[in-house]
Amino acid sequence: MTDLTHWRRPLRQTPFHPRTAALNRLNLWGPWGGYTTALAFDDVAMEHTAIRNAASVYDLCPMVKYRIRGVQAAEYLNRLTLRNAGNLPVGSVHYTAWTDDAGKLLDDGTLFRHGPEDFLICCQERHLPWLLDSAAGFDVAITEVTEDIAALSLQGPCSASVLRAAGFAIDGLKPFRMANFRFAGGTLTISRTGFTGDLGYELWTSPDLALPLWDHLFEVGAPWGIRAIGTEALDLARIEAGFIIANMDFVPASQAVREDRARSPFEMGLDWMIDWQKGHFTGRRALLAEREAGSKWALVGLDIEGNTPATGALIYTGKGREAGFVTAACWSPATKRNLALAQVGRRYLTGPLQVEVYALRELQYARLMLAAEVVPRPFFAPDRRRATPPGDF
Amino acid sequence: MSYDALIIGAGHNGLVAACYLARAGMKVCVVEKNDWIGGAAVSRELFPGFTYSNCSYVSSLFRPEIMRDLELPRHGLQILPYEGGAVLTRNGGYLAMFRDHDANRREFARHSPRDAEAYDRYSRDILRFCRFIRPMLMRTPPDPSRFRPRDLSELAFLGRQIGALSEGQIAAMVRFWTMSIADFLDEYFENPVIKAYLAVSAIIGTALGPMSPGSAYVLLHHYMGDVDGNVGAWGFARGGMGAITQALSKSLAAAGGEIRAGQGVDQVLVEGGRAVGVVLANGDEIRARRVISNMDVKRTFLGHVAEKDLPGDFVKRVRAFKTRGSSGKLNIALDAAPVFPALPEGSPMLKGDLHFTDSMERMERAYDDWKDGQFSRDPFQDAMIPTMIDPTMTPPGKHFMSCFVQYAPPKIAGRDWTDADRDAFRDTCLNQIEAYAPGFKNKVLHVEVRTPRELEAEVGLTEGNIFQGELTFDQLLFNRPVPGYADYRSPIRDLWICGSSTHPGGGVMGAPGRNAAAEILRDAKLGTRGMRDAYPVL
Amino acid sequence: MPIPSSEIIVIGAGVNGLACAARLAGQGHRVTLVEAASAPGGAMALAHLTPGIDPRVAKDMDLARHGLTFHPELAATLLSQNSPHLTVRGGEASGGDLDPTEVAAFRNLHKRLSRFAAALAPFRAMTPPRLAAKGNEWGKLARLGLGLRAMGKADFREFLRMILINAHDAATDELTDDRLRGLIAFDATLGGWLGPRSPNSLILYLNRLAMGGALVPKGGMAAVAGAMAQAAQAKGVTLRLNARVARLLVEADQASGVELDSGEKLHADLVVSAIGPKATFRDLVGPRHLDTGFYTAAGHIRARGATARLALSLTAPPDFRGADPAGRLIIAPSSEAVERAWNPVKYAGVPDRPVMEITLPHAHDGGPPRLTALVQFAPHDPADKAAAKARMLENTLTVLEDHAPGLSATIGETEFLMPWEIEARYGLAGGNWHNGDLAVEQMLFLRPMAGAARYDTPLPRLWLAGSGSHPGGWVTGAAGWNAAGGILEALR
Repeated sequence: MTDLTHWRRPLRQTPFHPRTAALNRLNLWGPWGGYTTALAFDDVAMEHTAIRNAASVYDLCPMVKYRIRGVQAAEYLNRLTLRNAGNLPVGSVHYTAWTDDAGKLLDDGTLFRHGPEDFLICCQERHLPWLLDSAAGFDVAITEVTEDIAALSLQGPCSASVLRAAGFAIDGLKPFRMANFRFAGGTLTISRTGFTGDLGYELWTSPDLALPLWDHLFEVGAPWGIRAIGTEALDLARIEAGFIIANMDFVPASQAVREDRARSPFEMGLDWMIDWQKGHFTGRRALLAEREAGSKWALVGLDIEGNTPATGALIYTGKGREAGFVTAACWSPATKRNLALAQVGRRYLTGPLQVEVYALRELQYARLMLAAEVVPRPFFAPDRRRATPPGDF
Repeated sequence: MSYDALIIGAGHNGLVAACYLARAGMKVCVVEKNDWIGGAAVSRELFPGFTYSNCSYVSSLFRPEIMRDLELPRHGLQILPYEGGAVLTRNGGYLAMFRDHDANRREFARHSPRDAEAYDRYSRDILRFCRFIRPMLMRTPPDPSRFRPRDLSELAFLGRQIGALSEGQIAAMVRFWTMSIADFLDEYFENPVIKAYLAVSAIIGTALGPMSPGSAYVLLHHYMGDVDGNVGAWGFARGGMGAITQALSKSLAAAGGEIRAGQGVDQVLVEGGRAVGVVLANGDEIRARRVISNMDVKRTFLGHVAEKDLPGDFVKRVRAFKTRGSSGKLNIALDAAPVFPALPEGSPMLKGDLHFTDSMERMERAYDDWKDGQFSRDPFQDAMIPTMIDPTMTPPGKHFMSCFVQYAPPKIAGRDWTDADRDAFRDTCLNQIEAYAPGFKNKVLHVEVRTPRELEAEVGLTEGNIFQGELTFDQLLFNRPVPGYADYRSPIRDLWICGSSTHPGGGVMGAPGRNAAAEILRDAKLGTRGMRDAYPVL
Repeated sequence: MPIPSSEIIVIGAGVNGLACAARLAGQGHRVTLVEAASAPGGAMALAHLTPGIDPRVAKDMDLARHGLTFHPELAATLLSQNSPHLTVRGGEASGGDLDPTEVAAFRNLHKRLSRFAAALAPFRAMTPPRLAAKGNEWGKLARLGLGLRAMGKADFREFLRMILINAHDAATDELTDDRLRGLIAFDATLGGWLGPRSPNSLILYLNRLAMGGALVPKGGMAAVAGAMAQAAQAKGVTLRLNARVARLLVEADQASGVELDSGEKLHADLVVSAIGPKATFRDLVGPRHLDTGFYTAAGHIRARGATARLALSLTAPPDFRGADPAGRLIIAPSSEAVERAWNPVKYAGVPDRPVMEITLPHAHDGGPPRLTALVQFAPHDPADKAAAKARMLENTLTVLEDHAPGLSATIGETEFLMPWEIEARYGLAGGNWHNGDLAVEQMLFLRPMAGAARYDTPLPRLWLAGSGSHPGGWVTGAAGWNAAGGILEALR
């Protein structure tokens, strides 16, 4: 690789850039993982509506991807991650996470099993040294393939209809399953996964097929109102779905400068992933100890009084003691609730909580102390996301 | 004519101390042997139309609290961050450095995809160590051998700092402080060029090689500064490093202080066991309530104080204080910008530091030459062209280039440097650059060559040591400069020291001068109200 | 209250394995000591001198009763090619041309450093402290600190200044004689991977002072191994020779025994590894039972041997220009010479003029003339091993011939071991004597690594007891003894 132009253009463009750039009427871009990506195309509210009402397309290329292949790939992943990769059938996907020795989260992500000895990890942050260190003593080959794969997320109640119209027989595809299809002389992998909590799919192909794929989807999807969405709309949807993101809802332990910022799977509500029976994995002993001794923090969903989003707010007990902080918040159009994801000290969960919100209204902040109630996640979980075959909307 | 405080030496630490004392209401005089001020933070026109930063050449360590306390920006100080940098490799390639995180990662990935991602964790770990050490820079070290309230409270402060860390972090930190940078980098990185680039800060100004234990601390010493909160970043002072001391002198003048240049001190006057002034080289006496020396500890006590006035043990320790110089410098006026064919045209790589040493082994071999009493045959150079960013130092289109060179010993095989040695040293350095920038030598209008001999003769740094004393643990914290005298005091009442020989050591940091002034003000019961504590590390 | 007896396997019958096994058996535990070689002793065979078995070990094992005795402590003879040799016994230096002020300076330095060493001795005997905020280890540390402070203000200040200084500066600041400086430079760096100008080198000299002088056991090192094995067996230790451990058995996330090369499985309540920590974690346990961070850090344990061992049988007793053959003969003409011998090893090269410590076994125990030498510095991983070895041997013999003219002509059999050969024969990682560089960044709570410095390991019921653990190697048994103490405390 002799790409010497990065100093001219520090942020790369994804294979879909010619299309996203043409559609980006607001010219709103933001950096994500070394790429420039659309924050919004024309109207965030309408983009969110597309996710919940029609079919939305989101450019996923900057997600970091590592391919793990070898006879001991499953064994390796069992040592690396919390869940049992050996139990993951070929053609399936699961949501998993991994920690450091201290049982603190390094990242979460999706694990795709393409073959008995062929996996793909898709995650938010970069982990090559950790993945390679973890591979010592295992017969596996690990390569970073972020730039080799073009990926789109097609989400919304009409997403299945769009795919059918596009000629892909996805009716039998259950959640967290994937299938390969011929497309434009190459291969397209469609997984029934997503980050919106709605019916949806993720589409994976080689970069040279990126533009034909985009064009095909938009051509056949027009009757269903297919629409490109940016990160801001997706963020609304993911909060409604109660999903967390590294560096937004928790600090990866490998990046935490302040030691107390790292969080365990117990503290982020991911302890359900842990397979205690599969044998040793990195962090297991520390997590066992935490299971015995208890955790300091809890990630919770909050339903907050009023309609002012509590972005960045501090959380207090009823008596005014600082109890935690909001990591993500929005007024949720789909649930008509004022929602937040928050980290709260476990010992404060039993009593009443309130959030301190500074609402900017015409240059002036109004300080609001709003009562907040801990509520279960996901906040929004329509039946259509699981129905197989998917409904025809 | 009598002063409250007389400061010997108008280097940056002397001026910082002078400013604080003057602002607290003392009548202050600074005497400087040279006709100009600045010590090693100096800019001078040594070739018509060209301003040279002919000693220190970049800024990061200078404490922002001091800039603010002394209103240096109002007195003209501007710090300009670098934009890039590169290591040129022998195979005709390069490794560049960029301010942009993603551009930098992709550049590292050209050399090693693993290292590109390892760099984030490395930076995180170094930042953790910086956060630990920064609160200690602007405090007087405790004397662990005594039980005075201040010593105990400072020890307790140190204890709390350590106690706030986890067991794993304490282990990581102790390990880091005692390791060689080569061993440390080997744990993160695989690529020799990346390691060579990152090892640089561990050897600058230091009589250690990258394989010497303790060199990792020296790296930290160069990372604990910042430019506007960007920890570890470096920049140029607009107008050259002399802009720092010029701003300090204006700040001093505004506070009513006085500077007398061209007045070298012959002897500190001691009467009844107290310092009461100085005798100048011209025989004049200046009386003062207290004398503060910005000279290094050897020059102060072995050169300008009568030995009979000092305890024997103290003199012995001062004699043994290690000030072996390890660096030299070439200051070059260029007719035009040098062209390095390996570097892409239009890149920001010339707007930062340029190195020509692409492995740690080459650095270590350069150090072996120094140990043998020779300047390095294949030296390490930290080359900078501040005029790529700073338009004030040369006529348009012309450039000033500063080349910091390791290693150059204080003596050549036990004898003094000769002019022939100096010329050979110059040619070695210029030829190295020429190898990467053909035609470079033809653009050279003038070169000032500074070996440890010149640094000692002109700036007064004993053995040409740029830090006024080596930065090894036996000379850091409460051991600096002499155990029992890390509180800026000396065995003679009212004789104080404020230079880089004292905690926290060298670099254009200002903290020694500031800390000395704090001790003096406390001693004089004047209080330290006009002095900020270190900004909290959040 | 009686402690329930446990089944314990100790791996490796070197000095530390023997000391550990004996102490555990002495407390009523059923101990099996498995050793890969056909005789006990392990890397003891490499040494030609010992600072003396740790007195706690010698007493508990009653080694004197088992026949272990020593010749009187050896004086060091600093060999010179052309001027009179110097003799150093403790702090007393003597020799033809030595200036009386230099003799006094050396005595003073020796006294001061011996005081520092004495203050460090309690650290050698302890389990490295925990640094966690909870628990009373900080109190323990504070007490140790106050113990240091008890040496008096002047000494304490000097101690803090010198604790991490380099040996070259420490010697050069106080001494003018090159040979005496050379002795300190040599003794500080023997067995290490650093030169006398490397910061943190003086503490290695203090460590040696804290252990004691230079002793030759009657009957050689084999006699030490024999006596210790006998004593251990007398305490009930079952010694199994020719039993190489292939891997550790792990059940329910706990060490449960070992599997031998033969396939035989031995089960136990506890397994104690007295072989190298790197081999223990990387090879015996393996990545499947250890966390990634820990396993990676175990790979970062630095273990680089820089000492070669020469053994010559000679047709005639060598004559080092009249030097006392029963002395510890040092060829280290100056601190600079030691540093120069070190320089090439950094780049896996071979020094032109190696420095060395020589003993003549026949001068102690009789028998045919023999010579052993520990030669520094030798690369542990050169690209061309055969060429490096040949050159190292040639340069070593040249230096020997220069100091003992005519020696070359009397050489019978030659055995010369480079660090990688030492690794292959004795299992010492990198051929390093201490199974991991003995250097400040791998000392006390960092030895062999954070997370395994208190003899216990992240894998429950697996313990460490070898020289890779605190306080490091040399033939003393201190690490094994300390480890047994930690185990007994945990079993209580």
